[in-house]
Amino acid sequence: MLLEFLKGLAVTFRHIFKPHITVLYPEQKRVDAPIFRGKHKLNRYADGQERCVGCALCASACPSEAIYLEAAENTPEHPVSPGERYAELYQINLLRCIFCGYCEEACPENAIVLGPEYELAGTRREEFVMNKEDMLVKPEEGFGEYDVEAVHELPATEGLP
Amino acid sequence: MPLRNYPNWGLLVMLELFLISAIKIAFVVGVALGAMPFVVLFERKLLGWIQVRPGPNRVGPWGLLQCIVDGIKLFFKEEIIPDQADKPLYLLAPALVVIPAFLVLAIIPFGPTVHVLGRDINMSVTDLNIGILFFFAIASLGVYGIVIAGWSSNNKYSLLGAMRSSAQMLSYEISLGLSVVGVLLLAGTFDLRTIAEQQAGGFWHWYIFQQPLGFVLFLAAGFAETNRLPFDLPEAETELTGGYHTEYSSMKFAMFFISEYINIMTMSAIVTTLYLGGWTAPIEHGLLPPWLAGPLWFGAKVFVLIFFFILIRGTWPRLRYDQLMAFGWKIVLPLALANIILTACLVALDSPWWVFCLAGLAVIFVIDRIVTMLRRSTLRAA
Repeated sequence: MLLEFLKGLAVTFRHIFKPHITVLYPEQKRVDAPIFRGKHKLNRYADGQERCVGCALCASACPSEAIYLEAAENTPEHPVSPGERYAELYQINLLRCIFCGYCEEACPENAIVLGPEYELAGTRREEFVMNKEDMLVKPEEGFGEYDVEAVHELPATEGLP
Repeated sequence: MPLRNYPNWGLLVMLELFLISAIKIAFVVGVALGAMPFVVLFERKLLGWIQVRPGPNRVGPWGLLQCIVDGIKLFFKEEIIPDQADKPLYLLAPALVVIPAFLVLAIIPFGPTVHVLGRDINMSVTDLNIGILFFFAIASLGVYGIVIAGWSSNNKYSLLGAMRSSAQMLSYEISLGLSVVGVLLLAGTFDLRTIAEQQAGGFWHWYIFQQPLGFVLFLAAGFAETNRLPFDLPEAETELTGGYHTEYSSMKFAMFFISEYINIMTMSAIVTTLYLGGWTAPIEHGLLPPWLAGPLWFGAKVFVLIFFFILIRGTWPRLRYDQLMAFGWKIVLPLALANIILTACLVALDSPWWVFCLAGLAVIFVIDRIVTMLRRSTLRAA
């Protein structure tokens, strides 16, 4: 009996010197899976036009009714999107969103995508309602042109530590 | 301390005594209170390392300021007195726990007698000739505070914790007292300073080698007395949400917390003094002056024991209540009595130290085999 107790102590004693597995979060960040479902992004085409055509399929697919959008007609002089219409107002309430990714699946244009951003803390409720300017991919970030199908083929654990 | 002959200067003599005592008390209490937050931090760090995580590391370098921040947090927390609490007793209980914890510090010799300004000064607050008895007397007062805390809180968890702790501490106190008798038989004195001095001259003089059985029993009973894992049933967070101090908040909770860690330190100090040679060096070296080497060795030994306390907390699970009682009454107590008889016989036969050592180790081995076999047969039957 005593020997077993001492063996147990030896095990914990050895663990003291093992390298820690903790990820020290604010300094170190985990590499996320490519299909991680974080904050939404609205993609664009390479010419800067928005992919979103304001069809509102995402809003109807959303199980928690977090998406609200109002569509407007494109004018031939200044087309915002290649389709007939575009989203004039596009809001996502992150407090309602459950990050299920249904909007991403429903979108026929691959316009809305859930991105890797997960640091979503805020101090006021208003901060959590995102407008178009919060989600649209910036031109310097490459307009969000990417191969949607290829990303979805990746195994869920790839890229994790 | 020899009183100098001041003609008609009785007041001065008293003043001198008073001053020396005050300095010693300030030193001991200061060290104990100053070390306590770092013991807490060390415990959290070590438990973290055992669990392959870094432990507190946000406040200050390596989290060193965490303990201070914890103290500040406790200071500024809201004081809550439950409506249904028995208010006078509720307020009295933390003091009743803290006072015995600090009183025991008074008798611990942490260094040799030094010669300062023509006076011989013992490095301990006081040298009682009944030192170890004083320890048992005062340490057992702590249970009153815990029982009163549990009762006056008017909370079933607190009451259960208090009941457990009273039964546990009373049971193990007997074993604690009996397991130390072996050392007392060898030393022939209750005085902790004399006991420590008898172990001077090298680690092979330590009583742990003559009293291996007594050491193991004393350590086990000491863990139970300080309510540490694997005997932390009075607190038992997973069962009693905190046990006897569930209803306490802010500094009143901090007082229970402080006393727990002071108790760990005093228990380590007592074990050091009784079995590990107190402040004496394991090997005579003479590199440092005795007034420095003594407290350093003492601190190092206490530190190793505290490390052991924490390692055990990080390793062994909590006992079930019936296991705790069975262990106390059926194993520790009879073995403590056996240890007394064995030691008394060997002392009467004037045996050399290695006979004590072998006899103690043999008893440990035989009992260990018997318990293992009994356990296997019960497991097979089940």
